[in-house]
Amino acid sequence: MELGFLLGSIVKIAAIIAYFYGVLWVMSLPSRWLKIGGMVVAFGVIQLGLTKFGNFQLLNDFDSGLLFQACAMAMVALGLNLIYGFNGQFSLGQWGFYGIGAYTSADITYRWVNGDARGLIVVGVGTIVGAIILTAIGRLVKKIRGIPVLSAFTLYLIGTLAAGFIAVMVGRLLHPVFQPLLGTNLDPGVLAQGIPMQIMFFLAVIFAGIFAAEVSFLFGLPVLTLGSDYFGIATLGFTIVVNVLMINSDTVLPFPEMKGGRGMVGIPKLTTWFWAFLFLMLVVIVMRNILRSSTGRAIMSVREDETAAKAMGIDIAGSKLMAFVIGSLFAGMGGGIYAHFIGFLSPGSFDFLVSFNPLIIVVFGGLGSMTGTIVSSFGWLFFLEGMLRVLLGQMGTEAPTWRYVLYPITLLLMMLIRPQGLLGAVEWGFLKAKVVSTRPKKIPTPTDSPAVEV
Amino acid sequence: MQQVSTPSQTSLPLVKTHTRLAWIGQLFFIVLGLAVVYILGKNLISNPTLFANIFISGLQLGFVYAMIALGYTMVYGIVKLINFAHGDVFMVGAFVSFFAVTRFNLHQWPLAVFPSIPPMISVVIGSISVILLSMLICILLAVTIERVAYKPLRDAPRIAALITAIGVSFFLEYFGALNFVFSPRFIPYERPFEVVAWYIKGGIHQVVPGTQPPDGSITFSNILLIIMLASVLVQIFLQFLVKRTKIGVAMRAASYDKQAARLMGIDVDSVISFTFAIGAAFAGLGGVLYAIAYSSIWSQLGILPGLKAFIAAVLGGIGSIPGALVGALIMGQAESMTAGYISTPMRDAVAFTILIIVLLIRPTGIFGEPSQEKA
Amino acid sequence: MENSTSSKNILRVEGLTKFFGGLGAVQNFDITLNQGDLNGLIGPNGAGKTTVFNLITGIYSLTRGKIEFDGESTAGQEPYEITRKGIARTFQNIRLFSNLSVLDNVRIAYHPHAGYNLTDSVLRTKNFYAKEDELTDQALDFLAIFGLEGIQNETAKNLPYGQQRRVEIARALAANPKLLLLDEPAAGMNPKEIIELMDLIHFIHDRFNLTILLIEHQMRVVMGICRHITVMDFGQVIARGNPKEIQANERVVEAYLGKGAGHAA
Repeated sequence: MELGFLLGSIVKIAAIIAYFYGVLWVMSLPSRWLKIGGMVVAFGVIQLGLTKFGNFQLLNDFDSGLLFQACAMAMVALGLNLIYGFNGQFSLGQWGFYGIGAYTSADITYRWVNGDARGLIVVGVGTIVGAIILTAIGRLVKKIRGIPVLSAFTLYLIGTLAAGFIAVMVGRLLHPVFQPLLGTNLDPGVLAQGIPMQIMFFLAVIFAGIFAAEVSFLFGLPVLTLGSDYFGIATLGFTIVVNVLMINSDTVLPFPEMKGGRGMVGIPKLTTWFWAFLFLMLVVIVMRNILRSSTGRAIMSVREDETAAKAMGIDIAGSKLMAFVIGSLFAGMGGGIYAHFIGFLSPGSFDFLVSFNPLIIVVFGGLGSMTGTIVSSFGWLFFLEGMLRVLLGQMGTEAPTWRYVLYPITLLLMMLIRPQGLLGAVEWGFLKAKVVSTRPKKIPTPTDSPAVEV
Repeated sequence: MQQVSTPSQTSLPLVKTHTRLAWIGQLFFIVLGLAVVYILGKNLISNPTLFANIFISGLQLGFVYAMIALGYTMVYGIVKLINFAHGDVFMVGAFVSFFAVTRFNLHQWPLAVFPSIPPMISVVIGSISVILLSMLICILLAVTIERVAYKPLRDAPRIAALITAIGVSFFLEYFGALNFVFSPRFIPYERPFEVVAWYIKGGIHQVVPGTQPPDGSITFSNILLIIMLASVLVQIFLQFLVKRTKIGVAMRAASYDKQAARLMGIDVDSVISFTFAIGAAFAGLGGVLYAIAYSSIWSQLGILPGLKAFIAAVLGGIGSIPGALVGALIMGQAESMTAGYISTPMRDAVAFTILIIVLLIRPTGIFGEPSQEKA
Repeated sequence: MENSTSSKNILRVEGLTKFFGGLGAVQNFDITLNQGDLNGLIGPNGAGKTTVFNLITGIYSLTRGKIEFDGESTAGQEPYEITRKGIARTFQNIRLFSNLSVLDNVRIAYHPHAGYNLTDSVLRTKNFYAKEDELTDQALDFLAIFGLEGIQNETAKNLPYGQQRRVEIARALAANPKLLLLDEPAAGMNPKEIIELMDLIHFIHDRFNLTILLIEHQMRVVMGICRHITVMDFGQVIARGNPKEIQANERVVEAYLGKGAGHAA
């Protein structure tokens, strides 16, 4: 019976791999309408599987749960692959940003359904004002040459605190305007149900992502100057600090609704396949568009050879920071999806022991392969759960521990036997780099060279 | 054609870079430092005895960290690898002594074999045997890990080795959490000897077992003294080993340049194994002392002390043996003070905040030499 | 300098000094390059030649001295800011982006003036496609000049050594530099390849109206193509002059040719 379940898992994994092959193929179609049509079909296929027809449902609650978790995990892991696989910066902080995203978005919607608009207003205004202030300071720092990184950091920090202060003030001011429209938990107002609530959810996820990105900017600015493994340890430290703050969210931090170590309950379950699919595709498209552009080539050149990249006029520090911030943005958004699927957040899920999961997924899928990351995120969850079921039959309550005994062994074997990951650097369909054929061309003269400075 | 003779006399001024607005960054850290000094000073004045007790508990913790930090600092010095599994070797050391004491009564063997010797001497010899056994098992474990997991990856990218180290660490933690190994629960640890505590209040008095020391007194125990003694002995031993012995010279040579050391006829692989072994031995010792001091152990015991000991090694200057001790003592105090004056869970956050600040201000640590720019 | 009268200074280095710890790697090094120069920098191993390149491109910070590129001091600027002003270089041990395609290696050089920004690439605007096609075409043209057509999709690390050298030079030129620094371009090449390389250097020098400074170990190359040579030893300049003068110079013979006279042409 357990074996049957494992076989079932393997079939599901194969189906999911085939599904993503299809999705990526559809996205690579030449015509825009074919693309959109194909995406709608891809979305519909799973949606159909999730729909109940009488008693029949192809994908049960267990499967759909795995599906949503895998979507969130894929977003986190894609972000990490951008940072580590493509940019070469070994980060263990991804899980911290995921946690920040989850808690931030959960706080926004939790407050919203409980008649408190301040979550949205403070985070929204804070991230927007923060982005404006940070950009302004960035211009200033660039203009005055030779500012040491710590001074720049201090300036950015002061700017962020100012943005936070403004946001809290605005929140206090605007909250009464919204309050009557929100109603209470039991009697939701106009804005706390239906379409407005869905828009709210979208905003919550986006703002949570941007918030995580801004935190990662502040953290990454000084810390990215460290060497490779020191950066890894510092980011691990970040994850632990974030986790400790979650445990103390009701005592050290002023968020009683997060309930500290007991875990935050009552988060509205708003994640649907529509949102999970939309956000995942958003991340995939944005990441692919960045990587297959000049910016992406600059990011990869930093991984390949920093000295040579410097000599080619590439801003190493800027490139690293950009990859780190974008990766954290994806992680924050993934956190939002996760929080609103699971409905309950506990600091235990953001423990640093769990924080190695995205790393393992990225290593398995192949550093520098987006396809590999997507496939291994989905394969990973289905395989783990399948394995858990099988082990449960054999090992009883010890099964989860056995699972964690087996997976470091798989990781070690992987590092020893196939360090480039399962798929290596293979990409499918949409994610593939364009193959450029040689065209007959005139030989350039110096004036043809790209002399235009931007 | 001009013949250039001596270097020209134009001695231009030193080029200064990165000086503008440097004071902003400095000010930030000065303000931070002043805040820490203010909080500590206020508490010292308002309740000196509490402060002293917190200081003593920090001292004890610091000396345990020092023992673990040595392994990190020596291994990193030679193979440039953050040996994540080191903290788990420390945990295994604690468990070995636990089984030796509770299952095999190893701490009582002298009395069992020679019934006539005084119990005091029996306890000392017995406890030392327990410690030696733990150290031995830890050495075997660490050398096995090194040979199986790290050696094949010696020429691989550093991050591949780091991921492997994380994998080994995970394996030990979860394998240890299995019921037939160490179980996932906290286990009360039976000490091989009795705790004797003293309190200072108008002179040093012994605390009567089973009673509380009077309020407002400074207390300390024989465990603190043992840990301090062990730590100092280890420091002296290592200084001697590294500076005066042949293997010590080989270690220093290998940490400086492995290729050159190999050409000079040094068996670098054995030197690396030896370094892992020495580090593991002290981790084992530290594990036993930690278990004796805090009398509760579990399979994930090694994670946080391991990470904090690593931070201590970075703080002291990685590769430096006295640096490991100084860094560990500072870490112990930082943790103890945070737990005492702010909030207990925050101590983990403080440890990593210190790490990040140290790496930013002085990445080479207190005792480390400022790095050379040349690649 | 003899012929600095008419043309314009492109690089002026004065009193360049670099200490690593207590060790003076470069001391009081001076050099001036005029528009269109093709000069050589030679010296025995460890003389500090590559350090000079690293100082000019800002990879190392100076201890003393000043560097003016195109009439502007480069003090306090990041390496990427300096190189964006128009300095490109190759490396002694080839430093290609080895896991990227040949085409991408060359296209990276266009990054500072790609003509589109992050928003363009995320949203795939018209501007993105136009500029990306344009720079791809130009990169392909560069590859064609260097006889590398047809291999643009190969991974750089899979190329034979000689092709890697040429890709590296193509990449440097694609950055549209005013000054090209070549660090031992002939290292590891066979005599036939060396002759091709010399032709190539002459060709790019004329075609792109470049100023070139060349570090080279093989005297044949330096003597064959450089018009003016600076000789370094122990971090200091010991002689300057045209190839004939250098070959006749006693100090140079003592410091350099004395040891490796067999290499001399």
